[in-house]
Amino acid sequence: MTVIAAATAASTLAACGGSDDGGGGDGGGGGGDASANEASDIGITEDSIKLGAHFPLTGVAAPGYSEIPTGSQAYYECLNNEGGVNGRTIDYIYRDDAYNPTNTSQVVNQLVLEDEVFAIVGGLGTPTHSAVLDFLNSEGVPDLFVSSGSLLWGEDPETNPYTFGWQTDYESEGKIIGQYIADNFPDAKVGLFLQDDDFGEDGEAGIREYIDDQIVAAERYTPGNTNVGPQIAALQAAGADFVVGFNVPSYTALSQLTALQLGYDPQWFYSNVGSDPTLVGSLLNNFSQGQVSDASLLDGALTTDYLPTVDEPDNPWVQEFQRIWDECGGEGELTNYRIYGMAQAYTTVQALQAAGQNPTRDGLVEAIEIAGGDWEGPVLAPFRYSEDSHMGTAGMSISRVTGDTTEEVEPVQLTDIGGAEIEPFDGEMAEVPENGIPNEESVID
Amino acid sequence: MSDLQSPTTGKNGAGTATAGKASEEAPTEATAGADEPTATRRRSLLPQSTLLRHLLVLLIAAVGAVVLLEITDPFTNSQLATLTYYAIAAGGLTVLTGMNGQISLGHGALMAVGAYTTALFLSADEPLPLPLILLAAIVTATAVGALVGVAAARLHGPYLAGATLALAVGLPGLAIYFHDVLGGEQGMRVRAPRAPEAFESFISAVSGNSATNTKWLAYLGAICLLITYFLLANLIRSRIGRTWRAVRDQEVAAELAGINLGAWRVLAFVVSAAAAGLAGGVLALVVRLAAPSGFTLVLSLALLTAIVIGGLGSLLGALLGSALLVFLPPFVTDLGTGWGLNNTEAAQLAPFVYGVVLIVAMIFAPAGFVGTLRMRWLTRQAKRSAAQPSRG
Repeated sequence: MTVIAAATAASTLAACGGSDDGGGGDGGGGGGDASANEASDIGITEDSIKLGAHFPLTGVAAPGYSEIPTGSQAYYECLNNEGGVNGRTIDYIYRDDAYNPTNTSQVVNQLVLEDEVFAIVGGLGTPTHSAVLDFLNSEGVPDLFVSSGSLLWGEDPETNPYTFGWQTDYESEGKIIGQYIADNFPDAKVGLFLQDDDFGEDGEAGIREYIDDQIVAAERYTPGNTNVGPQIAALQAAGADFVVGFNVPSYTALSQLTALQLGYDPQWFYSNVGSDPTLVGSLLNNFSQGQVSDASLLDGALTTDYLPTVDEPDNPWVQEFQRIWDECGGEGELTNYRIYGMAQAYTTVQALQAAGQNPTRDGLVEAIEIAGGDWEGPVLAPFRYSEDSHMGTAGMSISRVTGDTTEEVEPVQLTDIGGAEIEPFDGEMAEVPENGIPNEESVID
Repeated sequence: MSDLQSPTTGKNGAGTATAGKASEEAPTEATAGADEPTATRRRSLLPQSTLLRHLLVLLIAAVGAVVLLEITDPFTNSQLATLTYYAIAAGGLTVLTGMNGQISLGHGALMAVGAYTTALFLSADEPLPLPLILLAAIVTATAVGALVGVAAARLHGPYLAGATLALAVGLPGLAIYFHDVLGGEQGMRVRAPRAPEAFESFISAVSGNSATNTKWLAYLGAICLLITYFLLANLIRSRIGRTWRAVRDQEVAAELAGINLGAWRVLAFVVSAAAAGLAGGVLALVVRLAAPSGFTLVLSLALLTAIVIGGLGSLLGALLGSALLVFLPPFVTDLGTGWGLNNTEAAQLAPFVYGVVLIVAMIFAPAGFVGTLRMRWLTRQAKRSAAQPSRG
């Protein structure tokens, strides 16, 4: 602990020193005044900021998830073409951990100790990122916007002062789903299909706050075991006519195929993680060896959203992301995973702008705590960032899959973990700024 | 058999010739690395006593480890920490596979046993001293290893591979089944104890570097590695090692000589499991997490490839094979990025190159790095002694 305290004190001194000659720090703007830039902390030079991330680029978790960093990369490239953040370009390094915590610890060591990144951004996965949580916090490396809805990242800022969540946590998602079912399907007999870890547990806890008496069965599967016949048959036997799944995309495909074999046709509701129609479609095709060729099985299923999706081509954010992908992206189409990566990059740029002309690691964390709650962007609902909470966005909308598109059936609802009420979100969708680059004021000076 | 393998044979000229000839035939391709003592005539300055010799090597290796850890940067320190737990487990496995001829695809699971034991003991409010915790990890893994060993002693070849494969696939599932205690899919976070003050003063006295936690863990791993290899090396050169080799090379002859095959096989498995348990404990400390996804079948296979590439039965080979496992993927990825590949393509290059290296090694050095070098050296020695039978 003494080492942490010492490091913090040193960084704070550095931050004070920086603010003396920071020249007022006009936080906003794409170009900025590069002449006042200094190498204010590790990973920051006069003209660049180095960011790092770990993602599964190979192995079982790679389909879908490996597209996220390509989206972020495309966004940063377009940003750099417009002058970067305060005259600094973003140097984004992402490394493969194959969704294995042992590898995560190695690649994050490499990012922090060898590449000397300023911050880790968007590291993916609950077990994987757990392995580096203590390391990043004891080294004082900002650990922004973890790509996982676990409560671990934001619940306890005192223990993990450098870590921030980003997407809606699974418990809040469960609550919003629970209330929607209570309001719209009060007579449904609900069955739960849950991944047997925190993801399923948090989701179940949230949903039970609202419809505990409607739930007739809760079945769990172990990731890696590809036979979900017993679970689906048990849901069918319990008479569930409405099934809520807190599962990953491959288990959406497996549950659909198994239900098809069993002649079981309830109303399906998949939580956000498991519902990407494109990926589920290709998995269905793969698992059924071509007998089911697209996501048509998902027709009519309900799901949740905290970001605009590719099947809303009229959404101005989607249009802007499409432009960025066309101009700065690599091969392949714009997908929901790439939108996720771009939206995460957008929030990161907001944080860097708010941290001022010459950002420091501690200044960055402080900036997110001060200003993060007010940021607007592609994410549908505001973030909960403050000194007491590092939880990400707080709300979700609910939509129904119809053919190739989705239609919204309930507008964005806001809530929080614990006993917080659910309220409709009364804000408007944020406007897309010029070139898709945010313009936040510095709050550190 | 055991007399012939004893280094004392080399004391007179005639004996030397016999040993030399025997060595020409004794090392089989696959296990050449294991047979060092059969034919080595030591003309070097190393002491005659095995124990003294090993103590000297241990001392040199310890100094070498300190120098290596102090001249390299923090990231290399962390890679070396990773290397230590792979090397400890591979060392144990090479005793089992190289010396005793049993195959195990389940060592990843035995490492999981060690890692979870360490994590459980460290999660106590007032954890025991670290050496005791690591000892507990060894004892638990040894117990599991003894159970598996009893089954393994009755099985051969593919059947043994199958049985241990079941262990590798099944055991991590227990962590998910008992998720209240073992943390389920997301695992148990491990808070490694901080370095003692003596360590900080040691580092500042030696090199003046800052004694970070990463460095402390690397030293911890290195200490465990050196102790393990010292003990294993002594075991290999002892009567026990000779008996294992006898069981491996000629079952019938060994049994006729009064060796209880089953008991010696179980012993080999137990020793190897103890090493895997310690490796798991070090892994938990270095990775700061014990989670099922860290102990997949890939880990067990990686250990097996490490000892095969390095040279079956050789501790140095196990160390080299583990080094390849740790240093090759980041090296290839950086090379790929340097060639202008994007990060995803560069990451996909690493497993590909590892596979190519494995295939090339099997074609051109089927006995592994150390094994092939040793084969060459032995052949040359044998030829020379055949040409001059009465030298000495």
